[in-house]
Amino acid sequence: MIEALQFEFIRNALAAGLLASVICGIIGTLVVVNRIVFLSGGIAHAAYGGIGLASFFKWPYLPSTIGFSLFAAMLMASVSYKMKHRADTVIGVIWALGMAFGIILVDLTPGYNVDLMSYLFGSILAVPRSDLFFMAFIGIAMILLVTYYYQDLLAMSYDEEFAKIRGVPVKKLYFVLIGMLAVTVVLVIQVVGLILVIALLTIPPFMVEKYAKSLFQMMVASSLLGAAFTVTGLWLSYQYNLTSGASIILVAGVVFLFSLIVDKIRFACHRT
Amino acid sequence: MSMIEINNLDFTYNREAILKDVNLAIPEKDFVAIIGPNGGGKTTLLKLILGLLTPDKGTILIDGKPPQEASSCIGYVPQDIHLNQSFPITAIDVVLMGKLDPKQRLSRRSATNRRDALAALERMDMTAYADKKIGTLSGGQRQRVFIARALATKPKLLLLDEPTSSIDTKGQADFYQLLREFNQDITILVISHDLLVISRYVKSVACVNKKLHYHDQAEITGDMLKTMYPSTDEEVCPVELVAHGLPHRVLSEHENQSP
Repeated sequence: MIEALQFEFIRNALAAGLLASVICGIIGTLVVVNRIVFLSGGIAHAAYGGIGLASFFKWPYLPSTIGFSLFAAMLMASVSYKMKHRADTVIGVIWALGMAFGIILVDLTPGYNVDLMSYLFGSILAVPRSDLFFMAFIGIAMILLVTYYYQDLLAMSYDEEFAKIRGVPVKKLYFVLIGMLAVTVVLVIQVVGLILVIALLTIPPFMVEKYAKSLFQMMVASSLLGAAFTVTGLWLSYQYNLTSGASIILVAGVVFLFSLIVDKIRFACHRT
Repeated sequence: MSMIEINNLDFTYNREAILKDVNLAIPEKDFVAIIGPNGGGKTTLLKLILGLLTPDKGTILIDGKPPQEASSCIGYVPQDIHLNQSFPITAIDVVLMGKLDPKQRLSRRSATNRRDALAALERMDMTAYADKKIGTLSGGQRQRVFIARALATKPKLLLLDEPTSSIDTKGQADFYQLLREFNQDITILVISHDLLVISRYVKSVACVNKKLHYHDQAEITGDMLKTMYPSTDEEVCPVELVAHGLPHRVLSEHENQSP
């Protein structure tokens, strides 16, 4: 691994992976405790509609993708805020529609087209330096926002009714959270791909939730765990010449299954 | 001035009237039991008082102010305390939620808040569990944490929604004894099904079944039960009269026998 670090693209891949781990650790914690994993998947997939728009109308890539996914995210947020128990169906519809819309638009665009695979798995080995600064900026902005609203987010996530009684602007905050989720998901997808974002968003926070005593602990531990997965996955992919995104996810998945088995055994021991 | 004043209140949900023509004036330092059948609108009434729901018609004033403005001086203990068991939060952090004030986001007095929260836990005899994760506590312990959270808000009015559902009989008596102590300076409204336990501790009774009847005495008569529960008394409760004093055993009347 050490000799691998002499290549700039490896250093950039490592930095991108670590930044994605931190961003996904913080946002993923909020996603898991608010049970909006499905909604995050919906946003991430519907974002492809924005890519379609950008290529068909020759609009700038980033603004149109962010704009489109914010639109889709706000739609999902308003449905899920009003009727919590039926929201999954509507989210599923927007999820599928956004993706199909994007693919059709890309089909209709003449000439060379965006590759669907690079959207799904990203190209962590080809991250330019400018994207790294961009991700660092997003990460810092998110940390500031979450720190400022920490107590409110905690109250809203744990007991929405009580938060309302204490005067927390729950509705506004929920839309802010979903908006923040949409923006970060789109930006991080661009770098590491949709599949890796979903994995980093859910696997570390879920594993950590049982042991953490506060949201803050959960965010820190998820980020560290995500970073460990990223480094191990990248090393494996370098050593054995495997696809990097998929290697990272496989490492996370194996550790996740292992932790489930350990939990089962511990639970069984507790009972006897 | 009344602590709670409700005038001509109507509330409908999905075009079905849940509460109709409700009038209520509860004086300060009252201790009210809210009884009534399931689906009769008890919890809805609490949520209207808390400002979580808005009435279709009529007005609510809490301590002279509309609910949204007054809600910060109301302590609330919800019915469902089993939500989010795996959530990463300790008992003390749940109680600290009661000190939350979004208007002072930048100038939080965290040391004072922590002291207040610990004092509230101490009052509920839960100091030893302050740093335990909420999901590892038993139902009764979690109940105490939620009451501590309500106390931490320094409430003028305390609302409890079926607070004794996860406490055993001995615990229930202790619990109502404790509420009676709080009642020395806090107005209390408690939803409960335990008619017998309640009549020994409360000062007044409100029966809610779409309509509301308020009785400024802690007596539950057969007539009240009949109007509130739409079935015969024997089906609902074989007891005809709930009285103060030592526990009595009251048998239902024999059929076809005039006294």
